[in-house]
Amino acid sequence: MPASDNIAVSFVASLGRVAIQTILEMGRIALFFLNSLIKTFSPPYSLKRLLEQIHFIGMKSLFVVSLTGLFTGMVLGLHGYYTLSRVGSEGLLGAAVALTLIRELGPVLAALMLTGRAGSSIAAEIGIMRISEQIDALDTMDINPVRFLVAPRVAASIICFPLLAAVFDVIGIIGGYLTGVCLLGVNSGIYIAKMEAFVDMKDVREGFIKAFVFSLIVSIVCCYQGYTTHKRKGGFGARGVGESTTTAVVMSSVLILVVDYVVGTFLL
Amino acid sequence: MNDIRPSEPLIQFRSVRKAFGDQTVLDGVDLTIEQGVVTTIIGRSGVGKSVLLKHVVGLLRPDGGEILYRGDNLLTLSRSVRRSLKSKISYMFQNMALFDSMTVFENIALPLEEKTRLSKGEIRKRVFERIVQLDLGDFPDKYPAQLSGGMRKRVALARALITGPEIILFDEPTTGLDPIRKNAVFNMIARYQREFGFTAVVVSHDIPDVFQISQKVAMLEEGRIIFDGTREEVLSSRNPLVRQFIEGQENPETTLVSNIPEEDAK
Repeated sequence: MPASDNIAVSFVASLGRVAIQTILEMGRIALFFLNSLIKTFSPPYSLKRLLEQIHFIGMKSLFVVSLTGLFTGMVLGLHGYYTLSRVGSEGLLGAAVALTLIRELGPVLAALMLTGRAGSSIAAEIGIMRISEQIDALDTMDINPVRFLVAPRVAASIICFPLLAAVFDVIGIIGGYLTGVCLLGVNSGIYIAKMEAFVDMKDVREGFIKAFVFSLIVSIVCCYQGYTTHKRKGGFGARGVGESTTTAVVMSSVLILVVDYVVGTFLL
Repeated sequence: MNDIRPSEPLIQFRSVRKAFGDQTVLDGVDLTIEQGVVTTIIGRSGVGKSVLLKHVVGLLRPDGGEILYRGDNLLTLSRSVRRSLKSKISYMFQNMALFDSMTVFENIALPLEEKTRLSKGEIRKRVFERIVQLDLGDFPDKYPAQLSGGMRKRVALARALITGPEIILFDEPTTGLDPIRKNAVFNMIARYQREFGFTAVVVSHDIPDVFQISQKVAMLEEGRIIFDGTREEVLSSRNPLVRQFIEGQENPETTLVSNIPEEDAK
């Protein structure tokens, strides 16, 4: 066979392999996604494990989410003021800050912070349980590992993400108030009044829907990466867990931004 | 041979094959595990003994052949039968597989908490019974990482025994234990086996100690069972591979050299 044929054939073959692998992986993720949802919403529920996860995912992230919320709001106040003052409408600062936070930045940034803080540790924890055969041990005890490990984390995320996004919004609005009103001298009554006038219930709803969607993405992607650590090619043991954690965080973060756009378009 | 009670086949392997990638591990395994009997599987490290055990609990599926449970194919059992079978089997992992973010107590109690409707007090009572029996009385609140290898082994044993299973698979239950504890573990397996009559499959390198508790011995080599018989039969076997393995354990200086021509001869 001539060399050019070989190259052409091997190119097509490798292309096909990549395509098949990608589709298989997407199928596996989809099945895991469905399975996790079923296990999350069907009894028996474990209140104890749910509360543990709410404490871990939600409660322990409160500080870091508040902090990022505060500074995001302050930056928005700062830049919003200088942009709006050019067209003489700094009175709209409250509305601008609140709308940006409630519709976009609150859910997105809170989800990104939660991915870094909770998602990474979910992937690492489940990954270590996988490589040390603890998940197999659960299976041999007839304890469903998805129900035992994944369901409480998904349920806790569904509860915590919207709440933390709301916390982010409120603290961000206070941050905007600090820079806009306290430092740069926007009238405080106007800041609040314009915010009240421009923010609809629809905007708040959109923020919550996004936070809910992100909660599913982050929790299930991170659980999936940890859960399938042993199937990684080329990464075994500690390195495999490291790679799973990295993939979990990168994939979650990218998906948050992509899905944010898609959901945002549908909800406009 | 008088100590073998008449028994029926509980689990049967029929030409079971399993390969990981291009590495064939099991290449037509035929083995019968009889009810109420302790069967020991011996064989060199890496020969696939753990792989064999994992097929019984369903952690691995055979590429070919079949595994029968009371005459029914394990893979085609209905969901409910398979679950009820799972609840009767305990598997003690070679590397223990303890839940490392749970305490010793929580580890042992987990199967009872999840799979039974016992009261908290009753679970506590049963777990502490095991903890005391296994000499773990000082460490119920410690985490596995804070224990020595031998202690972890005993925690894993306690966890495997806690549900009173009918079939227990022990994957190297005594590796890494000191001689006294090793005998204690063997004695305990034997005692519980007499008491509860469970079926046990033991993978062990502790030859000849493990023969004390086993009624049947099978040897796995090159993906097949090359010997299957009673304790007495294995000790008097003329099969050169079996002899070499058993004696090799006793005379380590002679085996490494004598291994080579045997391997080539096959």
